[in-house]
Amino acid sequence: MSIPGGIRHLLSVGDLSVSDVEQVMRLADSFAEVSSRPIPKVPALRGKTVATLFFEDSTRTRLSFEAAAKRLSADTMSFTASSSSLNKGESLRDTVETLTAMGVDAMVVRHASAGVPWQVARWTSAAIVNAGDGAHEHPTQALVDCYTLRETTMKQTGSDGGGCFLEGLRVAIVGDIRHSRVARSVSAAFTKLGAQVLFVAPATLLPRPLECKAGQKGAAGADGISCWGMPATWDLDDVLPEVDVVYLLRIQAERMGSACLPSLREYTSRWGLTAERARRMKQRALVMHPGPMVRGVEIAPEVADSARCLATRQVANGVVVRMAVLFFLLGAGSREQPGAIAKENGSSNQPGAIAKENGSSNQPGASAKENGVD
Amino acid sequence: MTRVLVAGGTVVDNRGTRRAEVALEKGRIAAVAPGLEAAGEVQVLDASGCFVLPGLVDLHTHLRDPGLPEVETVASGSRSAALGGFTALVAMPNTDPPIDSAEVVRYVREASKGAAAEVHCAGAITAGRAGERLAALGEMAREGVRIFTDDGAGVQDAALMRMAMEYAAMLGAVVADHCEDRSLAGGGHMHEGRWSSLLGIPGQPSEAETVMVFRDISLARLTGCRLHLLHLSAEASVELVRQARAQGVPVTCEVTPHHLALSDSEVAAFDPVFKVNPPLRTPTDAAALLGGLLDGTVDAVATDHAPHPAQGKELPFDQAPFGMLGLETALATVFTVLTTGRGLSEDVGGFDPLPVAEAMEVIVRAMSLRPARIAGMDGRQGMAVEQGSPANLCVFDPAASWVVDPSRSASRSSNAPLAGRKLTGLVRHTLLKGQAVVVDGELQW
Repeated sequence: MSIPGGIRHLLSVGDLSVSDVEQVMRLADSFAEVSSRPIPKVPALRGKTVATLFFEDSTRTRLSFEAAAKRLSADTMSFTASSSSLNKGESLRDTVETLTAMGVDAMVVRHASAGVPWQVARWTSAAIVNAGDGAHEHPTQALVDCYTLRETTMKQTGSDGGGCFLEGLRVAIVGDIRHSRVARSVSAAFTKLGAQVLFVAPATLLPRPLECKAGQKGAAGADGISCWGMPATWDLDDVLPEVDVVYLLRIQAERMGSACLPSLREYTSRWGLTAERARRMKQRALVMHPGPMVRGVEIAPEVADSARCLATRQVANGVVVRMAVLFFLLGAGSREQPGAIAKENGSSNQPGAIAKENGSSNQPGASAKENGVD
Repeated sequence: MTRVLVAGGTVVDNRGTRRAEVALEKGRIAAVAPGLEAAGEVQVLDASGCFVLPGLVDLHTHLRDPGLPEVETVASGSRSAALGGFTALVAMPNTDPPIDSAEVVRYVREASKGAAAEVHCAGAITAGRAGERLAALGEMAREGVRIFTDDGAGVQDAALMRMAMEYAAMLGAVVADHCEDRSLAGGGHMHEGRWSSLLGIPGQPSEAETVMVFRDISLARLTGCRLHLLHLSAEASVELVRQARAQGVPVTCEVTPHHLALSDSEVAAFDPVFKVNPPLRTPTDAAALLGGLLDGTVDAVATDHAPHPAQGKELPFDQAPFGMLGLETALATVFTVLTTGRGLSEDVGGFDPLPVAEAMEVIVRAMSLRPARIAGMDGRQGMAVEQGSPANLCVFDPAASWVVDPSRSASRSSNAPLAGRKLTGLVRHTLLKGQAVVVDGELQW
């Protein structure tokens, strides 16, 4: 959902244009530099309040957002379902309206039900960031993964990381596509940036109903199917030697209970990235995983620890990319180019005022010179 | 006022269409002829530019009474019905307590004295609607119940359904089923299709409905029991009924206005107002339902009016209850779809629009005559507009254009999917047993 002049919320990867993604990537670059300083903090969102509303267990993502907000000097509030009065019957809407009345500028929402961030956005003027809604989307994860791939390909090819920086890359997303919000967001983001995505999964873990390639009736073999308009296959070994990135999804043990798979062992034998399979990949092909990894199921321990696996970079980049997202939505002149921030005095974030008080400006790059504005 | 003159309209009923005034006296139609004039103490209702039809009969309404009076009552639901041109309703038995005994049937009958429409009950097929053993069908039949259904759920056990049909056939009653195989439906919250795949919401495939349609038709053939299929939503279901009808199986069926007009694309904004069971399906399904309505395979349009409190419809999509309001917008929705050749969702359309007169004939058949017959009311409702008939009439202005506003509804709830949409055709007056319950679009009760 975007409005003329800029983005108000980040609910779905579809909300972002290629140039929006590019802007987020460059912001993340500057925040990565900030994060490497002795005092890794900038006053960019000073005076803003960011609330995390997590109705689903996820300490890692919540902490990643809270760290991001704090490094931008925003105030944070944390609302988790277990400690909330939702258990006492207060409605989701009441919770959102209460937080809005308390003056929250942004809400980062994670919920087990698809669509909640859209519903929340109807009840508040705060900016909403979707941190994962049921099996639907997880746009910030997709941005973290784009940033991680970008940093690797920039090193490999020396490109400047602009525009469609994943052009020509072949990516296989492997695993439980049916229940994965990461699969939907990541495939949309990678495709937007020029990659060719294909899905690999057992038939019972592809989205329903079965989607057949245009003009073909029935599955017609392993290459007769598609998923969200992109190619899909049941056969990992077939495509492995041709892809540049293998993006693995976690297999959840709960899926056994719902009869999607006979056993984890059968999953690993056909779709697990074993050491043997890793040897059949292109030499420079990469492995990604949004975490947490289940070693021995979807990924062999040796492969997880190998140099081609970017999982730790994905985690490391989580905070800076989320800083970029928060700044992109809330920062002074968030609807303008970053370069304009230094000139603006009348914005809601009052960078001009801060500049006068502390002799610094709101621009991340400028803070390096003043050093240590809190 | 025991004498009423409905003047200036065009009468439409099973015998056709003709310009005529309709004079009512003491609850019955006294005369139907052009040029009748008011003489003496007569309430004159202006029907110029309008159609005068037999009052509409809704085979499928949820009145939430007993159980949830803050959501809807017999009284409020009947007022909503009257605004929509309905003079009779069949109330579904998934109340709390359910309508599965003579006592609760009597409660509803008491509660509907003085209501703005005639309220009949359907009784549950199984005790408590639990799907395990038969409810007190004979007792309820003795109280006048003619239709049995566990609506809200389908009878999952085939042997029990067979037993229910054998028993109901003996009583001369109709067994109505909400066709949904629970295991195939898999707890889905919308139609399983391209949209559910894009939105990440678990869906239920059309097959969850059609496997039970097939089963019930087979059992109706086996037992000879009259079967009525509730709220059909899928193309394949209509086709099964078409084939069964050709073979002489005693099956009837209904569709809702929302399944004719809306598609699953409405769920894209994640608003649970569009969450309903059976779910809104594809434009192809909507087109098949309309085709069935036009060729007579689909006997009736029934609203499945399902009030829910606001807090329910503000829950996350997969937690929200299923159901939409429909009584006040049913007639206008069907009329708009038939005469424009388009649904109300952007992707529903491509039908040949009907001329107004033909559309009215379809409406009279599907929203009054046939439902009255299926419900066993055909001595009092859905009758020809002629001397001697009970004066249950709907006066409908086909040219009025209006925007749906749930805050002005007579229902106690406001979960209307068409809120803010423009419809063509408005009920001007509704007469129940010769009394003007709605005059110029305003309730008189």
